[in-house]
Amino acid sequence: MSEGYARNVAEHLTMETDALLADPGVRIMVCCGAGGVGKTTTAAALALRAAETHGRRTVVLTIDPARRLAQALGLTELDNTPRPVKTDGEGELHAMMLDMKRTFDEVVLAHTDPQRAEEIFANPFYQAMSTTFSGTQEYMAMEKLGQLRGTESWDLIVVDTPPSRSALDFLDAPARLGRFLDGRMLRFLLAPARSGGRSMFQLVTASFGAFSKAVQRVLGAQLLSDLSGFVAALDSMFGGFRERAEHTYQILQDPQTAFLVVATPEEDAIREACYFAERLVHERMPMGGLVLNRVHRSAVPSLDAADSEAAAAAVGEDHPGAAAALRAHADLMRLVDREHRMAVRFTRAFPAVPVAEVPAQPTDVHDLDGLRVIGTALV
Amino acid sequence: MSGPVHPAWPARLHVVTGKGGTGKTTVAAALALALAAGGHRSLLVEVEGRQGIAQLFGTDPLPYEERTIAGTEDGGEVRALAVDSEQALLEYLDRFYRLGAAGRALRRVGAIDFTTTIAPGLRDVLLTGKVKEATTRIESGHRTYQAVVLDAPPTGRIGRFLNVTAETAKLAKVGPIKNQSEGVSALLRSPMTAVHAVTVLEEMPVQETRDTFAELTALGLPIGRIIINASRTPLLAGGRGPVSQPQLRRGLAAAGLPTDQQTVRGLHAEARERLAREQMEADLRAELAGLGRPTVELPLLVGGTDRTALETLAAVLRHAT
Repeated sequence: MSEGYARNVAEHLTMETDALLADPGVRIMVCCGAGGVGKTTTAAALALRAAETHGRRTVVLTIDPARRLAQALGLTELDNTPRPVKTDGEGELHAMMLDMKRTFDEVVLAHTDPQRAEEIFANPFYQAMSTTFSGTQEYMAMEKLGQLRGTESWDLIVVDTPPSRSALDFLDAPARLGRFLDGRMLRFLLAPARSGGRSMFQLVTASFGAFSKAVQRVLGAQLLSDLSGFVAALDSMFGGFRERAEHTYQILQDPQTAFLVVATPEEDAIREACYFAERLVHERMPMGGLVLNRVHRSAVPSLDAADSEAAAAAVGEDHPGAAAALRAHADLMRLVDREHRMAVRFTRAFPAVPVAEVPAQPTDVHDLDGLRVIGTALV
Repeated sequence: MSGPVHPAWPARLHVVTGKGGTGKTTVAAALALALAAGGHRSLLVEVEGRQGIAQLFGTDPLPYEERTIAGTEDGGEVRALAVDSEQALLEYLDRFYRLGAAGRALRRVGAIDFTTTIAPGLRDVLLTGKVKEATTRIESGHRTYQAVVLDAPPTGRIGRFLNVTAETAKLAKVGPIKNQSEGVSALLRSPMTAVHAVTVLEEMPVQETRDTFAELTALGLPIGRIIINASRTPLLAGGRGPVSQPQLRRGLAAAGLPTDQQTVRGLHAEARERLAREQMEADLRAELAGLGRPTVELPLLVGGTDRTALETLAAVLRHAT
């Protein structure tokens, strides 16, 4: 592993993945990055290695695993509970799939009495929000992470992050949802009389007549009354939401957490990885390193693309098989070069962030052996 | 009403989706270029606030405004628009309710943020509503755009995004939002629209293409083409078996290249891997063919996506049959 990267970016740091996985001080690992870069597979491979090689009691929280990977982990249903995975060795691995709605329901139940909870569950706004709100999945992933951490029954929690528009959503959405649920805006919207005394609202009092009418006209009375019911029912739990989101955010800033930015050596994924790394640096969040998935390598790096292509052209007629192999090699070398240029964009921008490269696998990973191969490549 | 600008691309509104990482934005941009050829005007729209179009064309972030982003040699024009849900709501309020000042007041108290984020159904109606407005806009008796290409949300979210009526019906049972969503829904379910799926020849994106088509079909949304991106010409699959090491050694010797064991073994292993990959790609290609949709394949461009690359892809799309 280290040797492969050294060949590409000689002076760059290699991630000490095994040391990180074995470190008793590291209790949470968060895999984040753009969609389609292999976050779930990386999270599962790391968790399996932590359990099997380092004997740590580990749980992996997956968000939306591919069907066959879920099956490999024994996740046949989305039941929001860690289920044991049959592993080799002493360590224990559990896996769970996030059930967004159920997690939200649990939060509601924890903060209010059963009758109120029923009212909330029945409200169309709650239903829409608990299943489709753009930040709900991120918020609930963080909520679940907070719960798992709170039980103190795990040595290590490995978290896969939701397939968001942007990797940053994982950090931002919970705060956004928290702010929204905190309800000042909502209460103002629905009960202006109550909040009239607050200074920020006085600014708009003058235009409130038109404002109120506008809301009525745009949203319609029925929608407003559902919304009003939703807000009234949630009233008792406003503070709780924000507090929980903030608490989990603090855990993420603590050295017990290691963020792993996951990318592939492609333009969009690297750009997203750079955004995310910048943000982690800016917020002083603990960064474990960059996992670069699906990296291609050549077995004959000394023969470059141009020479290989020229040789193929020269001997093509008499040696068609060899010429095809040389063309395949030329293609591979061009790909290797391109990937290297992409990887360097990250390593130049973040020279202090260590990197682990995972070679491209011939097929998708859908069993524990496949995850073990990835786990070995990561260290 | 004039006919389609291109016989192989009969819709007017082209919705481009695909799994993350398949090159959806690049393909959407190339399609907008392809459909502008012949002196037409096309509009390339993004709705996810990523500024992917600006990055692709190397321009400053796009404002909420239709701007010329590229031209074709024969006088065609591509305009680009990054739809922002807040701006779309303000425009909607102004257009339908003449709520200029009150709209701004709404923004000051965070109501716009609220309306556009609490229920993505509402937000999506605003986004798709803007796309519908551009698609059907007529200026001095002519359509403003002969084609509109939407760089849409990825496969995992596309069904919900396009199924606006159902999503908003959960919240707004009557009223103006419901009317708006019904108008959008009628356009999306008409022959004016086609939803194209971008994929690469890998297991998961192909699986998602299949799942997405099933979902779109169930929702009654019109499916267009399968666009296979980053495809490589098979070098080894088909007929000739894999090259043997002695054959390879003779070929290398003839070319004056090193014939040491490490080189021969290395190249042999690479060729075998490539062959295995090509066989898997052939299987996936057959699986996609089984979906029964017209397919177009775009070549892998290792040089990156600059303007020349976009032109190359646009030419392939334009010559699709």
